[in-house]
Amino acid sequence: MRIKYRLTASLAALLLFLFFYSCKDTPYQQGKILYEISCANCHMEDGSGLEGLIPPLADSDYYRQNILESACLIRNGMEGKVVVNGRTYEQPMPNNDRLTEFEITNILNYINSAWYDDLPYVKLADVRRTLNACTE
Amino acid sequence: MNSKQLFFLLLAYCCWVGCGNGNALPILSKPITENGVSSFERISDFQFIDQDSQLITPATFADKVYVVDFFFTSCPTICPTLAKEMKRIYKHFETEDKVRLLSHTIDPKRDTVGRLATYAQNLEVSSDKWHFVTGDKTALFEIADDYFNIVLEDPSVPEGFDHSGRIVLVDTNGHIRAFCNGTNPEEVDRFIKDIEQLLEEYKAI
Repeated sequence: MRIKYRLTASLAALLLFLFFYSCKDTPYQQGKILYEISCANCHMEDGSGLEGLIPPLADSDYYRQNILESACLIRNGMEGKVVVNGRTYEQPMPNNDRLTEFEITNILNYINSAWYDDLPYVKLADVRRTLNACTE
Repeated sequence: MNSKQLFFLLLAYCCWVGCGNGNALPILSKPITENGVSSFERISDFQFIDQDSQLITPATFADKVYVVDFFFTSCPTICPTLAKEMKRIYKHFETEDKVRLLSHTIDPKRDTVGRLATYAQNLEVSSDKWHFVTGDKTALFEIADDYFNIVLEDPSVPEGFDHSGRIVLVDTNGHIRAFCNGTNPEEVDRFIKDIEQLLEEYKAI
């Protein structure tokens, strides 16, 4: 009887632990995976970029001001100069036309949640509208 | 000399030999026999141009140990991670004059001297210590083999080149002494220790 009670108690504790543990996990799992496959090579897993070669995505004033426009950059790449946090970058960014608008939305939401406290949730409809209006 | 003395003498000798080998970084280059003497293959002669338009040859690294990798500036796959790890090695040995770094482009058509100069400048490294070189494409691809790296032109991969991101350590004799996967930070940590160990060997002489 006593063993049964103990077993139940430890099982309950385990469930409680798992519950809290999973809550702490990142809410944008697909975005994270896609980021790691498509973006992290250059922008690094922690979004820090690389010196004067690749701009950061974490704590980036440029990103903050161009969240939706970033959908176009992900799809079509980028050429020419860009100023991020006061520093000029000119390494071209390759395009990524295999990502769907749904996947791009997930990537943006992962970036927003991983490195910013105050950025809004990005909606698929807004990303779709932006992507349809991208100027190449 | 009695047998007991002989035993201790042998024991001392074994310890000495054992310790000696334990401290030395192994030579990984291919063993060869030259005029009946066994030795190891050296890195072939080379002539490349670096980001300052300086001629880079084995003489550039006389009496230095140097760290080698292969990359290209427009590479969207492993190169930025590789560059980040190479920069870490650079930082670690920034004040150690005996250590140099040598990065070869495998895309000499696009990676001109000017482009390499911009790249090095943006990576914030000194051209006396870290040479980014370009040159004859065949020569670049062939020397990769000497440094245990595989370089292939492959139109099916992003930007057209496939290559292994190996970082290699070459000693003052042109022998390879250590290597690691340059995209794996833990392996690079171990590699940095290998460089330190090799430097200790030179200090001990």
